[in-house]
Amino acid sequence: MKRHLISAADLSRDDALLILDTADELAQMADRPIRKLPTLRGRTVVNLFYEDSTRTRISFEAAAKRLSADVINFSAKGSSVAKGESLKDTALTLEAMGADAVVIRHPASGAPHRLAGWVRGSVVNAGDGTHEHPTQALLDAFTMRRRLGRLEGLRVTIVGDVLHSRVARSNVLLLQTLGADVTLVAPPTLLPVAVSSWPCEVSYDLSAVLPKTDVVMMLRVQAERMNAAYFPTVREYSRRYGLDGARMALLPEHAIVMHPGPMNRGVEIAAEVADSPRSTIVEQVANGVSVRMAVLYLLLGGSDPAGDPGGDPAGIERPVSDLAAALTAEVTR
Amino acid sequence: MHALHPAGAEPAAGSAGSASAKTSPGASSPGPSAASPGTGGSPAGAGQQRSEPLADGKTVLGPDEISRALTRVAHEILERTNGGSDVVLLGIPTRGVPLARRLAARLTQVEGRPAPAGSLDITMYRDDLRLRPARTLGHTAVPASGIDGRTVILVDDVLYSGRTIRAALDALGDLGRPRAVQLAVLVDRGHRELPIRADYVGKNLPTSQREVVQVLLTETDGEDAVVLGLSPAGGPAVTEAGR
Repeated sequence: MKRHLISAADLSRDDALLILDTADELAQMADRPIRKLPTLRGRTVVNLFYEDSTRTRISFEAAAKRLSADVINFSAKGSSVAKGESLKDTALTLEAMGADAVVIRHPASGAPHRLAGWVRGSVVNAGDGTHEHPTQALLDAFTMRRRLGRLEGLRVTIVGDVLHSRVARSNVLLLQTLGADVTLVAPPTLLPVAVSSWPCEVSYDLSAVLPKTDVVMMLRVQAERMNAAYFPTVREYSRRYGLDGARMALLPEHAIVMHPGPMNRGVEIAAEVADSPRSTIVEQVANGVSVRMAVLYLLLGGSDPAGDPGGDPAGIERPVSDLAAALTAEVTR
Repeated sequence: MHALHPAGAEPAAGSAGSASAKTSPGASSPGPSAASPGTGGSPAGAGQQRSEPLADGKTVLGPDEISRALTRVAHEILERTNGGSDVVLLGIPTRGVPLARRLAARLTQVEGRPAPAGSLDITMYRDDLRLRPARTLGHTAVPASGIDGRTVILVDDVLYSGRTIRAALDALGDLGRPRAVQLAVLVDRGHRELPIRADYVGKNLPTSQREVVQVLLTETDGEDAVVLGLSPAGGPAVTEAGR
């Protein structure tokens, strides 16, 4: 496996299956009296969150703590970022504090990729702008495999705001790696321009696709990113692309309904669907902890360059000490 | 026994398998200084998955001898646990698991009541995790009866440094509180680095640290054998120096 998890495309089929199998073993731990493993004792995981998040941040924090890692939470609000500190300077600060892994969520697509070039620890992308959210895709795949027993040949339909969805992009890439067939259903205005180059089918008619679907994944309508008129009214969107009880009845008997959360009940998903036994929404949250434990274990659990006292790759520490020297010189002058 | 190697030539080794005749606990000596900290990594000296017999290895135990040793160990367990009514056998992956199942089958056969067997993965509790890339996890399956208040017998193929067993004791502590914990191994090859000893030993096998003991089982490798050979890289200290 690579040292960082930035994109679902970084994962080979073997890597992805290793993560899912490891998560399977770790999921057992939820039934134990002591839900803690000593594996990452003495390692530091920093949660660097530039964007609001409840479940992802808590999920990563719980995962790191169950592996006995030390967790430092950093949110942009109330930190030096509010004073205008750049991502790079924040990264160098974290580096100086000895972070073994940085879990980053950032509103700008590509921020984790830049960060990976600045820090020596592992970087885990917890969502960057409208780009990717690989651990969400992994936990979705994990949930599908647990419920339906396989991923190969599974027909997955992803419905809604694909344009702004990092979840959709990561899921398409990962599910394609794992051998599932993905169909995207969305209004034409909410599909990316280059969607034809994605490894999936595209449809505009939800009711026609549902009977041939094993998994339907509803995406949140991201109101905070809706800065143009993507559809006429919420009611019209809901009528054409929302999942209500009548539409759910079109699904085959075994099919499941997923949602990455947070939900807009009554918009993309009706309350009766969200609360039905077919919905895996709560399960997805529980599985998220197991999958993130697996990712942290596989990135940090073995020998790793960050723990090697001998190496100083890319001279990362030098700029910091140079800066300190310059500052001292400034003061003495 | 058709073993010809000098190390295993101790005459009474096979029959002197009771704990009292076994090696004294490593507490008396702090451990061989030549051993690197990670030596206990893979006690069998074999990979996680199916193994081919060592090319230049000598077979120390054949299928019949393994079977006899397990039968004897099963009887010893029954003797020392008063019929084994509260015994739970937990095998340590990979090859401890089929051994635990075989012992359980013998206990059931002799006493006529089922003996629960499961597996206990210790990967997350190892002390040498940072010496190698992240390892694949094994499977932990605790029998439905649980382990609280029971006599847990840990089962492994080879007892070497004792580090695997230390990890297993830690793992067990997170699963519950057994009344007692005992250890059964097919082969004890000496060179303990921790104050740990086995309660039941299939065969004591004096070895040098440059040697590799390989246990092959039908369930994982297609045949039953214990093979003694030279470490291909010239000694564990060298193979572990990859860091």
